[in-house]
Amino acid sequence: MKSFFKTLALALLTMVVFAAPGFAGDTIKIGCGGVISGDLAPYGISALRGAEIAVEDLNAKGGILGKKIELLVGDDVCKPEVAVNMATKLVSDGAQMIVGHVCSGATIAANKIYKDAGLIVISSASTNDDLTLKGEHPNFFRTISYDGAQADLMTSFVKNNLKVKTVAMIHDKGDYGKGQMELARQYFEKLGGIEVVLFEGITTGAVDYSAIVQKIKRSKAELTMFGGYHSDASKVVGLLKKKRVKTIFFGADGIIGDNFVNLAGKYSDGVYATGPNDTSSNPLYQEISAKHQKKYGEAAGTFTHNGYACVQALAAAAEKAGSLDYDKMRAAMFEIKVDSPLGPIGFDKNGDVIGAGFSVYQVQNGKYTQVN
Amino acid sequence: MRLFKIILGVAVVGILGFFGIKEIIADPVYFLELFLGGLTRGSIYALIALGYTMVYGIIQLINFAHGEIYMIGAMTALIVASVLGLWGWNSAVIVILAIVFAIVYSCAYGFTVEKIAYKPLRTAPRLSALISAIGMSLFLQNYVMLAQTSEFMPFESLIPDFKFWEPVAHIITAVEMTIIVTTIIVMILLGMLIKFTKIGKAMRATAQDKIMASLVGINVNRVISTTFVVGSATAAIGGVLIACHVGQVNFFIGFLAGLKAFIAAVLGGIGSVPGAVLGSLVLGISESMFTGYFWSEYEDVFAFSILVIILIFRPSGILGKDETSKV
Amino acid sequence: MVTKKEIKLSFVIALWFMVLTFPIMVIKVNTIKNIVIFRWENLLWTGIVCFFASLIWNYFLRMKEEKKKSDTKEDIPIVHRLLQNEKFKIPFLVAIGIFALVYPFVFSMYHTSILISALIYVMLGLGLNIVVGLAGLLDLGYVAFYAVGAYAYALLNLHFGISFWVVLPISALLGTIFGTLLGYPVLRLRGDYLAIVTLGFGEIIRIVLENWDELGNGPRGIGNIPAPSFFGHQFNQHNSVIYIYFIVIGLVLLTIFFVNRLENSRIGRAWIALRDDEIACQAMGIDKFKTKLTAFALGATWAALGGVVFAAKTSFINPMSFTIWESITILCVVVIGGMGSAIGVIAGALVLILLPEYLRAVAEYRMLVFGALQVIVMVFKPEGLIRSVRKIYKFEKIKE
Repeated sequence: MKSFFKTLALALLTMVVFAAPGFAGDTIKIGCGGVISGDLAPYGISALRGAEIAVEDLNAKGGILGKKIELLVGDDVCKPEVAVNMATKLVSDGAQMIVGHVCSGATIAANKIYKDAGLIVISSASTNDDLTLKGEHPNFFRTISYDGAQADLMTSFVKNNLKVKTVAMIHDKGDYGKGQMELARQYFEKLGGIEVVLFEGITTGAVDYSAIVQKIKRSKAELTMFGGYHSDASKVVGLLKKKRVKTIFFGADGIIGDNFVNLAGKYSDGVYATGPNDTSSNPLYQEISAKHQKKYGEAAGTFTHNGYACVQALAAAAEKAGSLDYDKMRAAMFEIKVDSPLGPIGFDKNGDVIGAGFSVYQVQNGKYTQVN
Repeated sequence: MRLFKIILGVAVVGILGFFGIKEIIADPVYFLELFLGGLTRGSIYALIALGYTMVYGIIQLINFAHGEIYMIGAMTALIVASVLGLWGWNSAVIVILAIVFAIVYSCAYGFTVEKIAYKPLRTAPRLSALISAIGMSLFLQNYVMLAQTSEFMPFESLIPDFKFWEPVAHIITAVEMTIIVTTIIVMILLGMLIKFTKIGKAMRATAQDKIMASLVGINVNRVISTTFVVGSATAAIGGVLIACHVGQVNFFIGFLAGLKAFIAAVLGGIGSVPGAVLGSLVLGISESMFTGYFWSEYEDVFAFSILVIILIFRPSGILGKDETSKV
Repeated sequence: MVTKKEIKLSFVIALWFMVLTFPIMVIKVNTIKNIVIFRWENLLWTGIVCFFASLIWNYFLRMKEEKKKSDTKEDIPIVHRLLQNEKFKIPFLVAIGIFALVYPFVFSMYHTSILISALIYVMLGLGLNIVVGLAGLLDLGYVAFYAVGAYAYALLNLHFGISFWVVLPISALLGTIFGTLLGYPVLRLRGDYLAIVTLGFGEIIRIVLENWDELGNGPRGIGNIPAPSFFGHQFNQHNSVIYIYFIVIGLVLLTIFFVNRLENSRIGRAWIALRDDEIACQAMGIDKFKTKLTAFALGATWAALGGVVFAAKTSFINPMSFTIWESITILCVVVIGGMGSAIGVIAGALVLILLPEYLRAVAEYRMLVFGALQVIVMVFKPEGLIRSVRKIYKFEKIKE
């Protein structure tokens, strides 16, 4: 019993300490939200590290508006309800702009808080169409193109370049994967001439996918399109190859990156995927990769460069607006041109990025190579 | 009521049978593929379910951390195999050592978990032990995540793609065949252990009545430890095999596999070893068939529906004995 | 205090753990680049930490044993003793009341927000306490009814524009109906069979929500769920958090009142009797099935109410929020708090939900510590933080 009171006292004490008003003044606080624990953690961590590197670089140059930048980090575990709590925490802690989140569901839920607090939000990874196209989130911007653009590219590439007639579509039943596949199906219907012979969801993390693989085989689909993340995709690809199923595997940006190639190993050869334009020849891109390697001891992740671009865009808008006032910042966001690691980017009237689109890649000799 | 049940059963079997036979005749190879796929899946469930059912049989505890033991087995095999591989050892030696280490370490973890989280709770309310098990499961997951990585790690299959297997590889891969065969061998060995050895006899006695068993000179604590160790060993074998099959491992694989295996154990009648095997096979095959002939989205719904239906008609599982309760 | 034997034992245990954790703690392989890193320092740390941890562990375990031996009389938790003492009860409750009243104005929005989450769990915990704690039915699919409530509000609002206050009773009714429907076929099952079937129902509801796009927009969920209004007046974000806070406080008080009344009612006694001994209970003429079903349905009602508040607070729901982990968390709240004891459940919810939030200081170790704490609490306090106390009626002879 005593121990319970001790815990309670401790909790109360922490509350008081945490509740103490944030020291206003010398720094500009950027809130960075995303999934940094759990099985989707690699995505969130890569974006966070990009932001961290960007903040270091900016601080070395004197920060924003003459003030140093401080990064506040929040973990939303990819869950909407946690994201809401976390967003209130970031706002309470005095965040003045937000980078994040990663999962679209979490972003949608958290943005209500940010919108109310008058903060500009910029995400490196949330690709859900509703975020920008519906106009419900005027404070939201992103440095990654939206799902619709990607689905458009995927389907037209399948029709025009790969020239297949039958397609099987598999998704992971999740917010991202299923949404992506449904969009692609709509675009296929619009294009015509391609028959979707199978449209199924699989359970993420299941012990075995051989039944669905046999089903793909039976459907005789010339191409299998997958909406989901790299771990499930690599399992399905591996089994398809092991079961000698002849079908082209095509994925979205969830499977782009070295993670997928490493996991699927030799089975990844010949896999197509769409992903953000390859800008690895950009000097800034290379510089960030080098910094990442030095700072964290491993190669940069999927959204690192994108996260870097987010912070850059916020900084550029703040400099242009000359203050952190919401209306001025928002107006500035539409005007800025940023020399980001993704190339020169700007934002259109919806808040979507201009200048960073999608390309199609294929795994050749264990590396994603651009093919369109 | 009884007549109604029989009529209902006959009708369901009849309808399923009619359409089933029609489908099978239309494409027998597909059916065979699905059946073997289901058998593979069921075998894995069975290897994990054994641990659940044995532990439950003896101390009536849902050992929630059992899935984690399976994960640790796979993880250890991965680590040992990669280290030895880098040192350039012979691949056959690597396979044997990786499996041996996986089994030994899983057993050690199973043993330790029991001593820490369950033994002090032997006389406590049963739900407390369950929560303790859940806590242990969380702890082990996060321990592996922090000490290793949160990302999936590729797992080179320890079992090569044999040349002579190529003609049938499109129906069942060599790895899948290995899984099925290994499971059968493990089952037979385990059956013999329980049936014929002294410790097996002690286990059965303890499961029936702990106090009585200790009165006739059985060291109950030791029997419980042994049960955990044996259960962990089979889970470790399952872990290594499934890692070979899907080619990747991370800290979270134990949760879903453990849950499914637990359902299989309940389906078969928890506490009964043959029941666990039967339940696992029923679950694995029916999941596979459902995905193959219907919609994979609702695969789990189907699995749970089977469970509900079987339990409504046989409240103690397929092979479980009806308990008579005393006041 | 610590004997020599214990030190020796701890030494052996530390060695055992060093061997045990060797592959996972020390070796780190990078299968992509084919590098092996040996982190020998971890071995040393494991040894040292395990040595001391084992000393402390064994010491407390011994204390627990000794206490059990020496102290046979009923040891009533301090909170109960305080509450039984009239002199203390009033000021204690008043203090808590005042604290709850000023809380949202003193602390920041974030703290109010997470306290709302915790209070929702208090409601859920008290609801599940009826099922698990009082009636002794292990329900692992409790989250299904929570989902029913949340989706009821989201959908009714989306399609018919029905407001929070109207949905609240509707969803309570829906919860009861669902509880009865699901409970009806499965309640004749016993113990763990019941647990696994309810778990199955919970998962079925989640998977259906995930796949049935026409119903609830599938995994993309339903957004823009309005916060409750105050006689037609819609607050801004900050005030609406405070408003929801008071609604939840009100609902929690209502729940406590109900549960308290139920516990001492005819049906409450029947539940407890059923939990303690089913057959004896039947012999006393209690309709077993009806009693169980009432418990199940009432528990579901509270879950649905909690779901409505949850949807209103989060403003966005998708099936991800209703996984089996949620059921497990609620069960942990009940068991760690103290089964069958309302105060215990409240304490359990506050500790279990607020602790991970404040453990964010140790960010990545959060869940590790959380898991370890669950084990520790259960080992040293198997009946929960604040154990329930049975009403004792003393028979005293009247002095003549």
